[in-house]
Amino acid sequence: MMKNYIFILVVFFLFDADTFGHVLHVGKLASYRSVSQAVHNAQTGDSIFVEPGIYLEKNIVIDKPVSLIGINFPELDGEHKYEIISVRSDNVTIRGFLLKNSGISSLIDIAGIKVYGRRNVVIAGNKLQGTFFGIYMENAVNCRIEYNQLAAHTANEQQSGNGIHCWKCDSLCIIGNSVTHHRDGIYFEFVTNSVIWRNESFNNIRYGLHFMFSHNDAYIANLFHNNSAGVSVMFTHGVKMFNNIFEDNWGDGCYGIFIKEISDSYISGNKFRRNTTGIYMEGASRIHLEKNLFTNNGSALRIQASCMDVSTEKNNFIANTFDVSTNGSLVMNTFEKNFWDKYEGYDLNRDGIGDVPYRPVSLYSMIIEKNPTAMVLFRSFMTSLLDKTEKVLPGITPEGLKDEQPLMKPLSL
Amino acid sequence: MIKIIKYVITDILRNKIVMAYTIFLMAISLSLFNLEDNISKGLLSLLNITLIIVPLVSIIFSTIYIYNSAEFIELMVSQPLQRKKIWMSLFAGLAISLSLSFCIGAGIPIVLYAASSIGFIMLAMGIILSIIFAAVAMLSAVIIRDKAKGIGISVLLWLYFSLLFDGIVLFILFQFEDYPLEKAMVAITAFNPIDLGRILILLKMDVSAMMGYTGAIFRDFFGTQVGFIITLVILLLWIATPAWMSARIFNKKDL
Repeated sequence: MMKNYIFILVVFFLFDADTFGHVLHVGKLASYRSVSQAVHNAQTGDSIFVEPGIYLEKNIVIDKPVSLIGINFPELDGEHKYEIISVRSDNVTIRGFLLKNSGISSLIDIAGIKVYGRRNVVIAGNKLQGTFFGIYMENAVNCRIEYNQLAAHTANEQQSGNGIHCWKCDSLCIIGNSVTHHRDGIYFEFVTNSVIWRNESFNNIRYGLHFMFSHNDAYIANLFHNNSAGVSVMFTHGVKMFNNIFEDNWGDGCYGIFIKEISDSYISGNKFRRNTTGIYMEGASRIHLEKNLFTNNGSALRIQASCMDVSTEKNNFIANTFDVSTNGSLVMNTFEKNFWDKYEGYDLNRDGIGDVPYRPVSLYSMIIEKNPTAMVLFRSFMTSLLDKTEKVLPGITPEGLKDEQPLMKPLSL
Repeated sequence: MIKIIKYVITDILRNKIVMAYTIFLMAISLSLFNLEDNISKGLLSLLNITLIIVPLVSIIFSTIYIYNSAEFIELMVSQPLQRKKIWMSLFAGLAISLSLSFCIGAGIPIVLYAASSIGFIMLAMGIILSIIFAAVAMLSAVIIRDKAKGIGISVLLWLYFSLLFDGIVLFILFQFEDYPLEKAMVAITAFNPIDLGRILILLKMDVSAMMGYTGAIFRDFFGTQVGFIITLVILLLWIATPAWMSARIFNKKDL
């Protein structure tokens, strides 16, 4: 027994200094007055604890694997001129800081925290206020961005950068952040194999989430609301979107999600509420859309004729002005077993599935698609007459666009 | 004048048609709210009632009533009363009884089931449309002496306002597709009180859809305080103009 204890103790002491690193303190009364100084003197694996206070340090470059830990949110101020923290080393942790007022430039992308082509960086629990770009990942791999709060103050697109901006990255975890008043809340370009989980992106000047060429990413339980252009995603395959909420994205050219050239993707369990357009699809293919809830949208789903193999299954469409609208007669997409609150059919054999197919595209929505000003006649006697005649004798609305098995009762989503 | 109004109202109430209209409205709105699974769908169906049935009943009933009270009018004219006052009392009596029956018939279910801003604006629109179409009916009844012809004209007017006008607008929209017509459309709707009422209600009801580009233009006009007041003034003009014109004609008319 005794031998075992001694062995454990020996092992413990052996690993002590080198493995756990030293602790450096920064503060008014501590051994270091500035963070840069502490970083300069730190060894690999050291931890730097920063006491509360205001630090005007211009640009802090972290060029060795250290942990930078703020106690009670010490304030790092960029004086509207500088990039606040530049990470130029692997295995860096930045936790618990308040970063304020980075510079603004139209030539270079100045950020609150910028990671330059590094691995295993953790940026967690920081507050960023009034930064141009918030957290900027360039060529980063296997990094975590967790529980940060980003808020910019600017009002126009030119004066504002993206909240979480990732370019050419792989295997990122972006969890529980909240982003507001930036240009795009979360922006991805060439970011692959990443998880975006439980973030909130709202009141941004452009998109809540915006990505391109970012294959095989998963977006789970995020909340996107009140962004002035909604969410826009393009040129990507293998997108998985589960249980996200898209709310109150209002305006022309403003969509719950705008999907362009997306393929082999899975969109499930999301809620679309009170958007001018819930989902707008253009050139999308092989998309599985199921168990989503569309309520109180202007148009729930706008599928352009350029989409193919989009299967819409088991969704609830409730209290939308238009359920589905399209711009052509060619339909290469399927609709099955959805619940439509406008369905007027019957169910004689009581199997819960309506006996007559439902046509979600109304003549009037086709007219609007061609001539948006015709909105002035919406819900007039004239247009409801046209709609009724079209329902009986479909002439203009696409013949193939129908749900053969509409559900009689809404799914519990 | 108040005496004549009182007499007209009691006469209309004794007539029982207005009573039947009230009960019909009540039955329909109650059943709409009970049948539909959500209130917004009930309101939507009620919108159609307000925009189609109310003007129809209003205009037809008023026209027939004016023709039928020709003898009463002659009797009144032989009394030392101003012609204008007689005519205006007739109009007031019709307007009050019709809006009262809408208030009771549709108002009670609306207050019970959908006491929201949509519900109240719908109620207000129903009342205003009742009065407008009573005024229009008075105009057509005073211009045309022949009863059958007069009623025919009233029916045509209703058809025009609720159907043909929108058809023409749709035609214009597609003929002049290449031009920006959004702002012109706002002006054109002023020529049809039913359209004005409909858009005011829609701005409350289909908020999300109205947030699109075209909707936004309507919203910028009708949704603002100034736009709302202008719309209200236009609707009041729709009441005042036919009523005033018919009174002028009646003043000079050889009975």
